[in-house]
Amino acid sequence: MNRRVLIVIGTVTCLSGCSGIQTTLGNSGVDDSSFIRLFATFLIVCAVMYLLVVAALAGALANRRRLLTVEDGTHHESSPWIRWALITWAALIVVGLAGLTVASFFTDRAAAARAEKPQFTVKIIANQWWWDIIYRTPDVSQIVHTANELHLPVGVEAEVTLQSNDVVHSFWVPNLAGKQDLTPGRTTDVQLLPTRIGLYRGQCAEFCGIQHANMALVVKVESKDEFLRWVAEQRRPAFAPTTPLELAGYRYFTTRECSSCHNIAGTPANGQVGPDLTHVASRRTIAAGAMPMNSGNLFGWVADPQSQKPGNKMPTIGLDPNELHAVVAYLQRLK
Amino acid sequence: MYLRFRNSVLAIAMLELLAACDREKSNPRGQPLAETIPSTSPETIFPGGSRPSTLDPRATDYEQNAFAIAQGQELFGAMNCVGCHAHGGGGMGPALMDAQWRYGGRVDQIAESIAKGRPNGMPAWEGKLTDRQIWELAAYVRSLSGQAPKDAVGSRADELSNTPPQTQTKREPVVPSDSAQQ
Repeated sequence: MNRRVLIVIGTVTCLSGCSGIQTTLGNSGVDDSSFIRLFATFLIVCAVMYLLVVAALAGALANRRRLLTVEDGTHHESSPWIRWALITWAALIVVGLAGLTVASFFTDRAAAARAEKPQFTVKIIANQWWWDIIYRTPDVSQIVHTANELHLPVGVEAEVTLQSNDVVHSFWVPNLAGKQDLTPGRTTDVQLLPTRIGLYRGQCAEFCGIQHANMALVVKVESKDEFLRWVAEQRRPAFAPTTPLELAGYRYFTTRECSSCHNIAGTPANGQVGPDLTHVASRRTIAAGAMPMNSGNLFGWVADPQSQKPGNKMPTIGLDPNELHAVVAYLQRLK
Repeated sequence: MYLRFRNSVLAIAMLELLAACDREKSNPRGQPLAETIPSTSPETIFPGGSRPSTLDPRATDYEQNAFAIAQGQELFGAMNCVGCHAHGGGGMGPALMDAQWRYGGRVDQIAESIAKGRPNGMPAWEGKLTDRQIWELAAYVRSLSGQAPKDAVGSRADELSNTPPQTQTKREPVVPSDSAQQ
C-alpha cells in the first residue's frame, strides 16, 4: 500500500519535471495552465478510485473464506457494513464522474471563449507543408508577412485567425494552447495568451500529406520591447545586395524560377505561392522546421529541396554551382 | 490440394497485376537535369507548316500519370493560368477544354506553347518554371478536354465548380492545328 502511494507520488513528480519546447505540461500559456489543472484533477480522482479498488481487492484476498467452510445450500448473510461500503462506492463513482464532466466542460468553455479585446490579430494560413504568417494592421503598409516563425509578446492576448489553402491541417502549440483545425473554405481562430518567455515548437496535428511530420512552427514568446523591435525589423524592405556574388544571386532570384513562387519585399520577386523570403536569414529554421537555418542546410535546400524534404512543393531546379553560390549568398543577405 | 495450389497461384497473379499499376507513381525528385522541352514546332505556328515530329517518348509518363496531372492542376491555379483561360473555359485566352488547338494539341506541343509563349498574350514560362513543372501543366491542360485516362484524372476539381468532374468529361477530338485557324 505504502509502496503504491510512493509510486503514484513519484509518477506525479516525474510529470512535473516535464519541460521542453513542445509539451502540453509546459505551463507557458493561460489555456495550457487550465489544461494542466484539468489534467491534475483527472489524475487525482482516478488515482483515488484506483487505490480504493486495489484496497478492496487486497482486503477481499486477505479475508477470503477457506474452501472447507463453504457448505452446499447455506445462505450467507453479508454483514451490513459491506452494504454501506458498496453504496458509498457507487455514490463515489457518480460524484467523481459528474465532477470530471463539469470540470472538463468549464475548461473547454474557457478555452473556446473569445477574447474581450484581443490586442492584435495574426492570420496564419496553412499550406502543404508550411505556415504563412501575416500580422494584420489597419494600415496596409505596416503589415508584417513572414512564414514558419511566430513571434508573440508575453502577457498580451493575441487572436490567431486560421485558414487553409489546400487540405485540413491543425494548429498546435502545446506549450500555449490546445489544437485548432484549419479547414479549407472556413476561418477558425484560437486565442493565445502566453505567460512565460521562451522558444516553443508548434506542429501540424492533423495528417495532411507526405511531409506532415515536417510541418513545424517556431514560436518565440518575448518581452513587449523585443517584440516591437522584431516587428520593426520585419517591416523594413529586404536589404539590397552588396557584393557582386549577392548581386548575381539577386538577378537570378528575381528573373528566374524562384520569383514565380517567392516574394521578397522591395524587389521584383513577388510570387505569392511559397513562403515570403524578405527576412529569411533572420529565421531559425528552413522549410517549416525541417532543419536549422545555417549555411550548409541552406545550400542543400536550394540545391535539391526534393532530397531534403521529399515531396514538398519546391522543385529541384538544378542550379549550376555558380548560380547556387550566388542565390545562397543573396538569401543569407536577407537578414 | 490442387485447388489450394491453384488459388494461391491466382492470388499471386492478382498481386502482380497490382504491381503493374503505375498511374499514380510519383517521383518528386525525378530527373530534372535531363528534362528538356521539345522544340517540335515553331512551324506549326504558321498555317501550312510542316507536320510535327514524332511524339516525345516521355509524354506518356506525364499525360497518363495521376500525380503529374494533380501537380499540374495545382500549378494551373498557383501560376494564375486561370486569369486568362478560366478553369478551361477560356476568357481573354482561348478555351482549353474544347477540340480546337491553335498550336497543336499533343502534350509535347502544349508543353512547348507553355514554355515558349505564343502571340497575343501567352507568356513564355521557360526559366520561370522548371521543365518538369511545364510538362505537368501540359498534362493537366490536356486532361481538360478529356484526353487523359479516366483513372488518372482527379474526381474532384480544386476550384469551386458546377461542371461535372473530370472523370466524366467528354473526350473531345483533337482537331489539327491548321483547321482551328480563322
